[in-house]
Amino acid sequence: MSRIDVRFAALKATHRTGLIPFVTAGDPSPQHMVALMHALVDAGADLIELGVPFSDPMADGPVIQHASERAIAKGVGLNEVLGWVAAFRQRDAETPIVLMGYLNPVEIHGYARFAQEAVQAGVDGVLLVDCPLEESAVLRPLRDAGLQQILLAAPTTAPARMAQLCGSAEGFLYYVSFAGITGAAHLSTGDIAARVADIRSRAKAPVAVGFGIRDAASAKAIAGFADAVVIGSALVERLAGATDAEEITVRVQAFLAPIRAALDAH
Amino acid sequence: MSKIVDFNAFPDAYGRFGNYGGSYVAETLMAPLAELTEAYLRLRDDPEFIAELDRDLKHYVGRPSPIYHAERLSQHVGGARILFKREDLNHTGAHKINNTVGQALVAKRMGKPRIIAETGAGQHGVASATVAARLGLKCVVYMGAVDIERQKINVYRMKLLGAEVVPVTSGSKTLKDALNEAMRDWVTNVADTFYIIGTVAGPHPYPLMVRDFNAIVGREARAQMLEQYGRLPDVLTACVGGGSNAIGLFHAFLNDADVRIVGAEAAGEGIATGHHAASLAAGRPGVLHGNRTYVLCDDNGQINETHSISAGLDYPGVGPEHAFLKDVGRADYVGVTDDEAMEAFHLLARTEGILAALESSHAVAQAIKLAREMPKDGIVLCNLSGRGDKDVHTIAAREGVEV
Ligand SMILES: Cc1ncc(COP(=O)(O)O)c(C=O)c1O
Repeated sequence: MSRIDVRFAALKATHRTGLIPFVTAGDPSPQHMVALMHALVDAGADLIELGVPFSDPMADGPVIQHASERAIAKGVGLNEVLGWVAAFRQRDAETPIVLMGYLNPVEIHGYARFAQEAVQAGVDGVLLVDCPLEESAVLRPLRDAGLQQILLAAPTTAPARMAQLCGSAEGFLYYVSFAGITGAAHLSTGDIAARVADIRSRAKAPVAVGFGIRDAASAKAIAGFADAVVIGSALVERLAGATDAEEITVRVQAFLAPIRAALDAH
Repeated sequence: MSKIVDFNAFPDAYGRFGNYGGSYVAETLMAPLAELTEAYLRLRDDPEFIAELDRDLKHYVGRPSPIYHAERLSQHVGGARILFKREDLNHTGAHKINNTVGQALVAKRMGKPRIIAETGAGQHGVASATVAARLGLKCVVYMGAVDIERQKINVYRMKLLGAEVVPVTSGSKTLKDALNEAMRDWVTNVADTFYIIGTVAGPHPYPLMVRDFNAIVGREARAQMLEQYGRLPDVLTACVGGGSNAIGLFHAFLNDADVRIVGAEAAGEGIATGHHAASLAAGRPGVLHGNRTYVLCDDNGQINETHSISAGLDYPGVGPEHAFLKDVGRADYVGVTDDEAMEAFHLLARTEGILAALESSHAVAQAIKLAREMPKDGIVLCNLSGRGDKDVHTIAAREGVEV
């Protein structure tokens, strides 16, 4: 079983909803990235999504765009990101890590080389936003090396395709709660509850819901029907500008603790 | 090689041209793209749609555009005859209208009331605003803040046509960022919005659809050559930004193995300086804006900021069909610098009385280079993709003239 599978099995066994924070690797501070990752776990993260900065993040709103721009300006690339994962693994062998981003950095790094280095560093899965199922043949070396490919499902996904995604899902299936970009805030839980319940009953992997979750209230609203919630832009926004490890840790705690509590109270 | 490949067989059902093309987009866009592909493939063979498009191209765009023998320019160069396919004479002043007229008709048939577009030089934005006005559709154009500054006239034209121009301030603030922003709009407003991409890039079916709508250029030119000269040209050339005017001219000739094909990319201040936009000549295969193609990027996979004097060529990717044509050796892609384009601009103005767009001036420069090395009875057919009115301010500023 992969680290991701183990973690979701444990959540299920304890009837808890998973908390998956997303942070852009290298933001707010490359030096304190490993400290940030540990802080996320200490504040209740069950899995970490680490955004690999890309110059042209077509599916992201301004918050993550700007975080990526800041990280790139500081020279952050895949080598740095993999280095942080390896460093994080020295103290944490359990928390699954998914790299989230766009295909070009991986393509340029080289699929086989990336696969080998990522596994060695301790990465568990990849979510490549612009690599839908149809184009996933290029990811073969990644999957052969043991990385799980996290697939997205969206409100626009047609029924036949949804069946295909449910059948191909591994690690977890990431359901995008609305048609739009990251950071937009118009979660309407009523619409998605039935949809997620349906997907959950058919998917070969647990279902996490992301986009539009920004605080304890919205997380709690989702917790009723998802295996996990993903929180990205609101956290990235909260962390922006923090300069030292302590401030980062304090902000992470202040932001995630109420969300963790809301999920657990559910 | 061109004997074995039937170029009409591309792209395949996934939008792939060999290793290039495809649909590298977020899941949310897979359904709208499938819907668009289905609608387009149906309309492509629909006699009513074809008749309506032909009518618009004839009566609204002003097609066919002539091929023109630039005698004084050819004489000045002292080599082969240089012929221009006069896309600059189209309504709105460039080839871009061929595509927007077509896509607007698709939008209308699909019942989408709102059109969005990205633009670099502003020509595609103007062409989109134009067709939107004509069909009574709402139009929003995304344009990099840098490009808004250097193509002010086109920005104002779009506004006169009733379009909203949204400045894009992310990334390098040029065409690539405008495309990102338009994609973000589309993903957010898929239900009522039709995205008119302005070049043969983007995810499937755009490289196919935009190519089809511009392929009228080469179809006309091929027939005009046979009719007026009794032969095909020896070599074709066109400037390559995203590659729509180039593939438009090239496509009808791809299976004519004896016709040489040369694309002119923006070499900016020179490829060696790094300040250029020559994706095919100096880039590497990668994934950008929904397709696999040649891109200009660093070793971390970050897309480079590009440079060209012409906003319409200032793009770090290129249409996937060109990437394919390069790899199979059917076409060559070479760089033309800012200075060479400027020189060609002036030479054409003074010998032929034609002010070419700065984009097209790259093709003119390449045509001159080719003609110079060829015998007098040779023929170079160059796509004059647009007129230079929009560039008058840029040129004046570069030459230190106040207008
Ligand atoms: C006159 C003209 N030619 C060429 C181009 C470049 O685009 P493409 O390579 O798609 O023809 C543009 C783009 O704005 C243009 O305005």
